[in-house]
Amino acid sequence: MADARPHVHPLSDLGEAIAGELGNAITATEIFNDELVLHTSRKALIKVMTFLRDDMNCQFKQLMELCGIDYPEREERFDVVYCLLSLTQNLRVRVIVSTDETTPVPSLTGVYSSAGWWEREAWDLFGIYFSDHPDLRRILTDYGFEGHPLRKDFPLTGYVEIRYDDKQKRVVYEPVKLAQDFRSFDFLSPWEGAQQMLPGDEKAEEEGAGEEKSDDA
Amino acid sequence: MDFDQSSQSSRVSIPPGAEQDALLKNVTDTLVDKGFVVAQLDNLVNWARTGSLWPMTFGLACCAIEMMHAYVSRYDLDRFGVVPRPSPRQSDVIIVAGTLTNKMAPAFRKVYDQMSEPRYVISMGSCANGGGYYHYSYSVVRGCDRVVPVDIYVPGCPPTAEALVYGILQLQKKIRRTGTLWR
Repeated sequence: MADARPHVHPLSDLGEAIAGELGNAITATEIFNDELVLHTSRKALIKVMTFLRDDMNCQFKQLMELCGIDYPEREERFDVVYCLLSLTQNLRVRVIVSTDETTPVPSLTGVYSSAGWWEREAWDLFGIYFSDHPDLRRILTDYGFEGHPLRKDFPLTGYVEIRYDDKQKRVVYEPVKLAQDFRSFDFLSPWEGAQQMLPGDEKAEEEGAGEEKSDDA
Repeated sequence: MDFDQSSQSSRVSIPPGAEQDALLKNVTDTLVDKGFVVAQLDNLVNWARTGSLWPMTFGLACCAIEMMHAYVSRYDLDRFGVVPRPSPRQSDVIIVAGTLTNKMAPAFRKVYDQMSEPRYVISMGSCANGGGYYHYSYSVVRGCDRVVPVDIYVPGCPPTAEALVYGILQLQKKIRRTGTLWR
């Protein structure tokens, strides 16, 4: 009983069901790396999330991940990615909205309370603003830190560094001065980086061919 | 020697000249006057200090695991008299085990300032030595010696527990070598 249809991913049924229910709230559905990804708009985000959490077939009760991605060449440079897990249905889904530096995304804390700190992190590291967030402030960076470090235009080494000033009796921030520039290694040296073919592998294949010949003979 | 300057005198080196000569003469005269007794007193003090070095364990990152390995049964540090203390007020040495970030630096300095003299610093692992794996990061202090004066650097990522024990023994040697009653 060969299946004449092209191979259909088992999750695509779920994707279609969700898209069917929510209509034009879901702007795109795709299966990427065997995982279901839904793209939605900022306005429809809360509606989509509430549906995914509460619907009997979905029951994505757990928010596993909320992070930002920076694509600086795009108009709407940030993608906010939400990963949801359903323990009862054993399913995972990913929801993506995109935004730019000045447009806020509705906060998910009303739907999943764990989103609180995730959104603080996205705000701190990218500058993605979440409207109606109860407590949107920095969470990872230093207390007076300026800038959003995980943006692609933020330099790796940053702008300031710290040392202790004996006269002022406190740590002071100074412009960064690197003693040695950042070097990017190409990993082509045999000492740095795994090789696909270990020395001796070619001999193993020759032996296999040699043994076969002797068996035939 | 001046008690008020005791925190400075062990760090400030006096250049050759009249002041240095006066200091040396002072010390030599004391030794000549009191001789054997003072030398034995120094030995006693050094024995006491090296024999019960109590570290404040400042475990910041992965090096803390190797520090724990040094404390427990295989490389037992308790047999050296080294018992970890949670408070800087009760400790002689601080082992900086892990990456010192910009956010942690003022707190670390405050903890160091709360330690009473004589105090020593062991910088453990490449992150504490010079920024290490995260040297080029925007939020890392490139070596805890930017914030506190360090006595012993233990290299490694992480240093084996044995290396940390070796570092502590080196610190003991340093104390014996450079220790005086007023540190």
